[in-house]
Amino acid sequence: MRHTITITVENKFGVLSRVAGLFSGRGFNIESLSVGETLDPTISRMTIVTRGDDRIIEQVTKQLRKLVDVIKVTDLTDSSFVDREMILVKISATEKNKAEILRINEIFRGKIVDVSPTTYTFEITGDEGKIEAFIKLIKPFGVKEISRTGKVAILREMNGE
Amino acid sequence: MQQIRRVTMQMSGAEILVKALQEEGVEVIFGYPGGVLLDFYDALFRAGMRHILTRHEQAAAHAADGYARASGKVGVCMATSGPGATNLVTGIATAHMDSVPVVAFTGQVPSHMIGGDAFQEADIIGITRPITKHSYLATSPGELPKIVQEAFHIASTGRPGPVVIDLPKDVLQGKGKYHRPDKVEIRGYKPKTEGHPGQIKRVLSEIMKAKRPVIYAGGGVVISGAGGELVAFAEKNMIPVTNTLLGLGGFPGNHPLFLGMLGMHGTYQANMTIHESDLIIAIGARFDDRVTGAVAKFAPSARVVHIDVDPSAISKNIVVHVPVVGDVRGVLKELNKIQKGEKAVWKEIRSKWLDRVRAWGEERPLSYDRKSSLIKPQYVIEKLSELAPDDAIITTEVGQNQMWVAQYYKFVKPRTLLSSGGLGTMGYGFPAAMGAQFAFPKRVVVDVAGDGSIQMNIQELATVAQHNIPVKIVILNNCFLGMVRQWQELFYDARYSQTCLSSNPDFVKVAEAYGVKGIRISDKAEVEAGLKEALAHPGPVVVDCQIDREEGVYPMVPAGAASSEMIFGPDRKKKESKLKAVK
Repeated sequence: MRHTITITVENKFGVLSRVAGLFSGRGFNIESLSVGETLDPTISRMTIVTRGDDRIIEQVTKQLRKLVDVIKVTDLTDSSFVDREMILVKISATEKNKAEILRINEIFRGKIVDVSPTTYTFEITGDEGKIEAFIKLIKPFGVKEISRTGKVAILREMNGE
Repeated sequence: MQQIRRVTMQMSGAEILVKALQEEGVEVIFGYPGGVLLDFYDALFRAGMRHILTRHEQAAAHAADGYARASGKVGVCMATSGPGATNLVTGIATAHMDSVPVVAFTGQVPSHMIGGDAFQEADIIGITRPITKHSYLATSPGELPKIVQEAFHIASTGRPGPVVIDLPKDVLQGKGKYHRPDKVEIRGYKPKTEGHPGQIKRVLSEIMKAKRPVIYAGGGVVISGAGGELVAFAEKNMIPVTNTLLGLGGFPGNHPLFLGMLGMHGTYQANMTIHESDLIIAIGARFDDRVTGAVAKFAPSARVVHIDVDPSAISKNIVVHVPVVGDVRGVLKELNKIQKGEKAVWKEIRSKWLDRVRAWGEERPLSYDRKSSLIKPQYVIEKLSELAPDDAIITTEVGQNQMWVAQYYKFVKPRTLLSSGGLGTMGYGFPAAMGAQFAFPKRVVVDVAGDGSIQMNIQELATVAQHNIPVKIVILNNCFLGMVRQWQELFYDARYSQTCLSSNPDFVKVAEAYGVKGIRISDKAEVEAGLKEALAHPGPVVVDCQIDREEGVYPMVPAGAASSEMIFGPDRKKKESKLKAVK
C-alpha cells in the first residue's frame, strides 16, 4: 500500500542522506521526496511517498524516529490530508496544434511560464489525479521535458467529522 | 578571576577537544596518530592525557568497545583521516550491532580540501552512516564541547551505540572559546525509558494465563544493569531463563532456573523449552536469526511479550503480542513491584512445567567425549571456568572458540563475557580484552581465541608488551578455521576448502618475540597446570593449546531448521575418508 509520510528534521547538512540511506539500506523504495524549510529556519519538512505492507511501513517510521536529526514523523495515510504536486512541462507546439495545446492547459488551469516559437512551458499544480490526467492528454503533442516536484502534503484540520 | 579568564581564553580546537574529553571523564583513549591529528596529539601530550597506542586502528576501536562493555562507560578511540578512519570501520560496525557506547574520533583533511580527493581523504561520515547511531562533522573549534557532550549522551543513553566525530585539521588548529552547555538538549532525541503502565499490567496478565512460560533474556539486561531484577522476576514467577550469547552473565549460570544459551548452538533444554512454550518473555533481546532459526517454525504455540528500550526492535523479526518499550531494568522493577502473591493452583502448573523443562536438561545435557586422550576444547573451557575467579572477564573471538565458551563457561556476573555477537568479528577478542583490562586493571581478563582469529589482530602483542597489560590469551589451536570447517564437514561433504591453517606460526615463539610469555599445552595432562600458570603470571601470556583438530560445536540447529530440530554430532565415517586428503 502507498503511504504519505511527513517528517520534520533538523535543517542541517547530511540529514537528507541519513533519511534516504535508511530507505535504501533496507531495500525500501522512495516514490517521491520533497524537502523545504519551515517557518523556523532550523527545521525542514520532508514529504515522502513510499510503498510497502504494514510491517515495512511500521519499520520505516520507527527507524525514521530513531534518527537523531528527525524531530517528528507522521504517517498521513490513514488520516484526511491534502496533497499537491507541481510540474513544469515543455511541449513542442506547431501552428496546427497550438490552439489545442493551449485549450488543454486552460482546462487544467495551468500557467504559461515560458514561450518560444516552437515550445510552450506550462506550470500545473494539483493532486495526483489531475497531474496524471494532464500528462496523459498532453503527451501525444510531444513532451520535450518534464520536471516534477514530488508531493507535498498537510493534514486537514477537520478530520472526517 | 582565574576562572573567568580561563573560560573566555582563546584555545586551539585541539586543546578544546582535550578539555571536553576530560570533562566527560575519559580515562583512556585508544588510538593511532597521523598527519591531520598532529595538533590533537600535541595537545594530548601537553595535557598528560592517557592514550594507548594500538598497532592497528581496528584494535583501537575494539579496545574502546571492550572497555565500554566491561565498565558500562563510554569507550573512546581515535584514528587519522583516510585509511586510519576506514580501519576503524569494522570496530564501529561491531559496536553498532551489539549496542556498545563508543565515541570514535576521526581526523579529516582541512575543510576547504574536503571533496577534492586530498591525500588520505575518505568520506568517513558517509562510510559509517549505516553503522553508527549518529555522527558529526565538526565545522568550528567553538562547537567541539557541545558536539562531544552530545555524542557521549547519544552513545550511552537509550539503546547505546557508536557515534563518530569527524575532525577536519583546520578545526583542530583554529582558535575558539571553550563553552560547554549546561545540559544536553536535542529535540529529535528523547529515548523512552519508562514502560507504559498499561502494557506492564498486560504482561502480568499474560504471565498469569501462561502454562509454559520462558524468559528469553538478551544483552539489554546486561546493558541496563537489570541482573538482580531479572533473578527476582524469574524466581517470583517460577519461570525458566535462557540467555542469548550477549545475555550470558545477565542471569547467573549456576541458577536452577537457568537453561543455558538458546539458538543455533544453544542447549537442547533451552531450545526445547522455547519450542514448546506458550509464552515467551523476551527481555532486551532482538530475535536474531541465530536465535530463532526458521522464523516460521519458531515457538509455534507461543504468545510473545517483548520488553526493549528500542521500539524498532519490536515486531521486526517476530510478531509481538505485548510490547513494552522502556528501559529493561525499570520495567522489571515495576513488574516485580505490582506482582501479586502466588496462588497454589498456579504454583502447581508451574512445577509441572519446570519438571518437563528439567527432564529435557537431563535427557540431553551438553556433552563431549570426556574419555578422549586428545585435548577437548570443552574440557579446556570447563577447566578455565573452574580456575578463573567469578569476576574474571572472558572475551572471545568468533567461531568455535566463541561457542564453546558460551556453552561451557559458567558466567555468574554481568559484563564478564565480551563477545562480538551481532557482527561476528574475528579479531575482536584480543583488543577487547586489552580495553577491559584498562577498565579493571586488577581483574583477570582472558581472551579465548582460535588460531584463525588471533592472527587477525596478533600485532597487539606489541601493545600489551609495551604497557604490561596482563591479558591472558588462550588459543584453542586446531590448525583450522574450525567453524567453517565444521559446516564443510556437515553440509559440503567434508571438502575443506580454504579452511586448513597447517602453516600456522609457532605461537609460543611469536609471543616470545614480542617479549610476552608463551606456554604450550599439547597434552591433556598439562591443561590444568598450564592454565594455572597462565592465570598466576603477572604479565600478558599466550597459551597455545593444541586441541583435537576436528572437534565440533554441538548441538547445532542447521540454518533454516526449527529450534527443536537439532543435530548432536557429525557423521563420523564420512569425515575420516576426506580428512586424509587435507593432511
